[in-house]
Amino acid sequence: MLSIHNIHAAIEGKEILKGINLEVKAGEVHAIMGPNGSGKSTLASVLAGREEYEVTDGSITFLGKNMLELSPEDRAREGLFLAFQYPVEIPGVSTTNFIKTAVNEKRKYHGLEPLDAVAFLKLMKEKMQLVEIDKALLTRSVNEGFSGGEKKKNEIFQMAMLEPKLTILDETDSGLDIDALRIVASGVNKLRSSENAIIVITHYQRLLDYLQPDFVHVLYNGRIVKSGTKDLALTLEDQGYDYIKEAFGATAQ
Amino acid sequence: MAISESAYIQEKFSALQTQQADAVLNEIRLKAFENFQVNGIPSYKNEEWRYTPVSQLFKKPFELSENTVSIEQQFLQQTRLPNSNEANELIFVNGVYDASLSNIRSKELVVLPLEKALSDSTYAELVKAHLGKSSLYIKDGVHALNTSFINGGVFVYVPKNAQIDLPFYVYHLCNTQKNPVLAQPRSLVYISESASLKIVEHYATIGNTDSFINEVMEVVVAENAQFEYYKLQADVANANQVNTTHIRQIGKSFVHTVVATLTGGMLRNNTNIIMEKAGNEAHMYGLYLLNGSTHADNHTLVDNREPNCFSNELYKGILDGSSTGVFSGKIYVRPQAQKTNAYQSNKNILLSDNASVNTKPQLEIFADDVKCSHGCTVGRLDEEALFYLRSRGIDAAQAKAMLLLAFANDVIDKINIESLREHIEDIIVNRLAVQTS
Repeated sequence: MLSIHNIHAAIEGKEILKGINLEVKAGEVHAIMGPNGSGKSTLASVLAGREEYEVTDGSITFLGKNMLELSPEDRAREGLFLAFQYPVEIPGVSTTNFIKTAVNEKRKYHGLEPLDAVAFLKLMKEKMQLVEIDKALLTRSVNEGFSGGEKKKNEIFQMAMLEPKLTILDETDSGLDIDALRIVASGVNKLRSSENAIIVITHYQRLLDYLQPDFVHVLYNGRIVKSGTKDLALTLEDQGYDYIKEAFGATAQ
Repeated sequence: MAISESAYIQEKFSALQTQQADAVLNEIRLKAFENFQVNGIPSYKNEEWRYTPVSQLFKKPFELSENTVSIEQQFLQQTRLPNSNEANELIFVNGVYDASLSNIRSKELVVLPLEKALSDSTYAELVKAHLGKSSLYIKDGVHALNTSFINGGVFVYVPKNAQIDLPFYVYHLCNTQKNPVLAQPRSLVYISESASLKIVEHYATIGNTDSFINEVMEVVVAENAQFEYYKLQADVANANQVNTTHIRQIGKSFVHTVVATLTGGMLRNNTNIIMEKAGNEAHMYGLYLLNGSTHADNHTLVDNREPNCFSNELYKGILDGSSTGVFSGKIYVRPQAQKTNAYQSNKNILLSDNASVNTKPQLEIFADDVKCSHGCTVGRLDEEALFYLRSRGIDAAQAKAMLLLAFANDVIDKINIESLREHIEDIIVNRLAVQTS
């Protein structure tokens, strides 16, 4: 589904990613962990198509297409979804209208008729239950005045509505209390299937306890320095990142 | 000869004074003309006109409008706003009231030529008492020039307790097919005790040469009355305007204004609210959505002369192309105006490197127990919000239009006449869709 080959990326001339390789297949859940500043969020940004990041080398293939040639909106329409670490508040844009526009833009891209109001409401009702999001939130402006937990739930709700092939959860667990984390994680689990894949970017074990990743990668200093199964996450939780820094610090510099 | 030559203006003035001999008007006009001659046309050195080079307009060959100018029916039909058949329609052609084209459908609403109102024993005293009070606040030559040439003006009277539910559309049509025209419409509106009125002003120019509308509307709002005022500026690029809307709340009353500026040449709006009684309330909104080389200057004034008044003001601008915007918002709080609540905000988005805006909030507070605030922002479109929308599959142009519409909606939502709001919304949605694609 996703094939990242030797990606180098820089922002304002500073190289952050220094040769990332990653293969993600349908049905898989990959966790990417690593200390602050290792390049986790940069990787998410490069995948989503943030223009301020410059890809200086390497290639990304997504569902057989050269992803780097696609605009952010076309990546989304192809089936990429980024759950933001800090979802932005957009005063004046109603959440429902925004999601309806997004859903129908994607349908148009795939040659489908737009959903009418009735069909859209039905879909919304169905997905709202899935992520346990309060209906009242959807009548408000996008994320405006939402609590941290509500914002993250709204991300997962959008994921449910857009039915992506590949989801990137960028520190979705940050700022969540235990109940919100459980709801968000169970929402994600319900959306998992053999058809789609998920990349979870996180610092901590707690989200992975719920999601049970197939693979865990440790990103350090712009490279994936270690890959393994979910046990690797437990080791990290146990020993901290210092052991990674000690083992790879010198060579990674 | 044209207005660029003082001899021309002098000659036209003398002719008007002889032709339209009314003792009251003659005196008002003469006094104003003296002021015009003393003060002249303001240059950029005049702080109130620093960013709006109105003197350039006075170098162009505008001619003062003649009494009778015809306008094509078809043009009038095109200009009429939606639901005009369910509205009162007052029509000025080149600044002169045209009774034959106007339609006053609300029975209680009184509309008279100013000259006639002055000779009508029912209204003469009211007109004398209130006509020309805006000159106490605006002393520049442009305003004085309007007053010097009061001719074909209108008196609008809403009797006590009359609720005029149909909107009152005021169309300013300019026919510049023969020559560039300076039109100077003048009106006085009196809303009596416990009455209500909604005015919508709209401007349209036909002809290939320039138009210049120099308008003064004075509105008097009595005790317990309600006044809603809307201005839609969507004229051609060679249509210029200096408009003064001078609203006096002489009784405890409610005023709500929305000024929407979409297209035009050099546009200046003076919107004044004078709170002459305790407990007055006013809400002022403005939206300027500019591109090309349109220049829009909104000068607002809230004068709190008595205690316990409330005013809230929000003006928003979106500027593209090489358009320029000016916002100058004055709030006076007089020493006796304790417990004043006055808020003001001006927010701008610049979409192009060549667009600019000058914003100047001014609070002059002489009372000590008041709540006042003001603020202004000038920025770009929120890149984070734009990326968020795009990351959900909405293309850049549409995402941009959604964000701009959301920004504008704070003001558009304040238009309480549904057909007008939808009309303006449609124009804006189409504009943003084209502009950003």
